[in-house]
Amino acid sequence: MSELAVNQAQPQSGLDGLVDDWTADKQTYHVPWGKAMMWIFLVSDTFIFTCFLTGYLNVRMTTTQPWPPQSEIFALSFGGAPIPLILIAIMTFVLISSSGTMAMAVNMGYRKDKMKTFWLMCATAAFGVTFVSMQAFEWSKLILDEGVRPWGNPFGAPQFGSVFFMITGFHGLHVSAGVIYLLIVAFKVKRGDYDKKGFEIVEIAGLYWHFVDLVWVFIFAFFYLL
Amino acid sequence: MSSEAGQQHPLGIYYKIWVLLFVLSTFSYLVDYYNVQGSMRWALVIIFMILKAGFIVAIFMHVVWERMALVFTILGPPVVLLLLISFMAVEGAYTEGTRFDYMGHDRNAVALGPNDIHHEDAGHGEAAEAH
Repeated sequence: MSELAVNQAQPQSGLDGLVDDWTADKQTYHVPWGKAMMWIFLVSDTFIFTCFLTGYLNVRMTTTQPWPPQSEIFALSFGGAPIPLILIAIMTFVLISSSGTMAMAVNMGYRKDKMKTFWLMCATAAFGVTFVSMQAFEWSKLILDEGVRPWGNPFGAPQFGSVFFMITGFHGLHVSAGVIYLLIVAFKVKRGDYDKKGFEIVEIAGLYWHFVDLVWVFIFAFFYLL
Repeated sequence: MSSEAGQQHPLGIYYKIWVLLFVLSTFSYLVDYYNVQGSMRWALVIIFMILKAGFIVAIFMHVVWERMALVFTILGPPVVLLLLISFMAVEGAYTEGTRFDYMGHDRNAVALGPNDIHHEDAGHGEAAEAH
């Protein structure tokens, strides 16, 4: 009974709130448990991707062979001269668009507008499928036309291939899993599974999706641009 | 405790951040398009990257509106990664130096691009790319 009373008291904010949340004998995070768990998963995923990118930093620094020119390798021609890195730029815009529709879906979820939430989540998943398709195109172009392999390539440092396949592959896997996750949640929203429980689940799915976009921001900068 | 407020914010802020992310991505792309090189390239790419990441985490993932206990749980542990990155950078620079100094690797090697490669097999690659 006393625990109930403590939990219902208005929590303090700021630094006092931080100390109070961690030290008082009560619940630390004032969010649904699913959201706290998603955040903890995302923090662990941050470590995985950072380890990949740090591994990339290390092999790129230690290799004495020149690093292949990404700007030319990922160029694409639409009839005329090849435009540098254009495929990756389009993929970046697709992923940002999907992040926008996802943010809208979360907002509509809290407004209890189920149909808008459903369609916005479907749009997000569609952008995700577009992204993965473009990545499949990019992979097949590199493997079949350019002869890039995890152990070597015709351009320069052989580490380029292993880093490329591992990092973009792991990210693509996250996008694909995200598409499935979003579609499941979208259909459950439409069916009315969350009418009583509330629509935090849309925000939780959204956190995962935004994280996938966030990882791409770093891959785009470190792997493709620098 | 769950649904009394959630994370409900006016739509306007999402639209603004959405546009901003497009603009920042375009800027990063233009760095490559106009072939900016050297420390200027690094500075611009990293500034745009940090701004984009910051806006996604702060606004789209609602971290600015979360309580401090959760914010520190999210942003605290990854700080140790900076230590890992700096250690690996130091180690990497050392390894590269020894390879140049003691194993006779060429400091001035230049990478090949797709055009250099496909040039030799009678424009096959270029023809394939043009379609």
